[in-house]
Amino acid sequence: MSQLLDLWTVLAVGAGVFFFFAGTVGLLRFPDTLTRLHALTKADNLGLGLIVLGLLPRVGSPLAGLKLICVWLLVLLASATASQLIARVARRAGPPA
Amino acid sequence: MSEFLVVAACLVLVATALGLIRLLRGPGDAERMMAAQLLGTGGIAALLLGATISDPAIVDAALTLALLAAFASVAFVKYGGGLGRARAPEEGE
Amino acid sequence: MNLALLFDGMLVVLILAVAVWTVTVRDSFAAGIGYAVYGLLLALAWVRLAAVDAALTEAAIGGGLTSVLMIRATVRLRAGEAAARAATPGPLPRLLAALLGGSVAAGLALVVLALPDPAPTLAPQVAEHIATTGLGNAVTAVLLSFRAIDTLLEAVVLIYALIAVWTLTPDRFWGGRPGPKYETDPNGMLAYLARLLPPIGIVVAVYVLWVGADLPGGKFQAGTLLAAMWLLAIMAGLTEAPPISRRWLRGVLVAGTVVFLAIGFAGVPLAGAFLAYPEGFAKPLIVAIEAASMLSIAFTLALLVLGPPERSDQA
Repeated sequence: MSQLLDLWTVLAVGAGVFFFFAGTVGLLRFPDTLTRLHALTKADNLGLGLIVLGLLPRVGSPLAGLKLICVWLLVLLASATASQLIARVARRAGPPA
Repeated sequence: MSEFLVVAACLVLVATALGLIRLLRGPGDAERMMAAQLLGTGGIAALLLGATISDPAIVDAALTLALLAAFASVAFVKYGGGLGRARAPEEGE
Repeated sequence: MNLALLFDGMLVVLILAVAVWTVTVRDSFAAGIGYAVYGLLLALAWVRLAAVDAALTEAAIGGGLTSVLMIRATVRLRAGEAAARAATPGPLPRLLAALLGGSVAAGLALVVLALPDPAPTLAPQVAEHIATTGLGNAVTAVLLSFRAIDTLLEAVVLIYALIAVWTLTPDRFWGGRPGPKYETDPNGMLAYLARLLPPIGIVVAVYVLWVGADLPGGKFQAGTLLAAMWLLAIMAGLTEAPPISRRWLRGVLVAGTVVFLAIGFAGVPLAGAFLAYPEGFAKPLIVAIEAASMLSIAFTLALLVLGPPERSDQA
């Protein structure tokens, strides 16, 4: 059983790191602000989310697992709102240079 | 398993470090705010990985960071959003 | 373990790179964001040095409040930035400044690297006597019991800082509200976030305060969280910054210090010295000081970020 959980951790954390890189590559290579913003949210949602899911089997107590999920939900909330606000900034700045 | 998690933390740090290039070059303020946000999320991920490896109390640091990063992102956008026009941030968003 | 060394090495390179960029970039707004990023990376460094309390404080203050303070200052100074840049000193003063800064840094590095091994420390004495405080977290025990006088003076310094900021008020606005009036879109995104996040933030702040007795945490980090949540609500227009002439505001600002002083003076008859805690009552007294200080710190930090009053009481 614990080997299965270890496998789950490796797979989920690995996928999470992959999505972090995907977000970074998007941030660096996409042509304009709004597309880069889209790439950024992948790192927040999927990257952090998969890492949290991967770390859940390793926590000491259900409360600690709840704290991990709480961190993820807060980051989701914050990044979703900030992305909308940044998009407004970008739109106000006009078409891409 | 700990080695794998440390490697994962290193990789996350590399990913966010690369994103900081956008901080350097970003032709606009929005890009810089996005790079800072990526670093915030990456930092939280690295802290959570570190908490699993060594000290569970680090999750509290990640929690604080998440809340403060939310506040800082909103403040950056609020205060920096109208910068090209040199006007005080009086519009509600 | 060389994998951890890899992480540390990358972190050091990143910190240096971001620091150099923040100092040399031309755009002040970008420098403000760079400062926030720098604070964040420093928080990671503190965690690697097993100083989680310092990491909490760095993430909260450096990554959150101070960078917002700088961004506000940047935006206000935008108009005069061209003139300030034109008045930059010539190459010789800058070279001297660089030499001075570099020699201070080199001196510090030499001192740290030349520390005897094991470095002189009072940690064994703290560990020996920590049971008298009823606390489990050595940092909190040092801050609020063994070196409580320092913490008391720091609280007073914070109030002085706020008074110094208030002295910048134009005469006609004295007693007014700090910051501009933020219009609110009650159905907008920001208002939604500002309704959702502060309750969570308050719960987390009280948790950080309470858990600070035995695990990393404490009043300063909790106060910073509360300040950030309140500032969020103000920025979304859901609540107004209070006029600085209000008595309740001034009462809350000094409440922490007053409680601290009261308990300190009460220690003279009850336990024999200023700031001595009576036997067995240490933990409740410490918790009382922390709770009162948390509120004061929250209001003080938030008012520091908001700045001097910019409009009159009725505006």
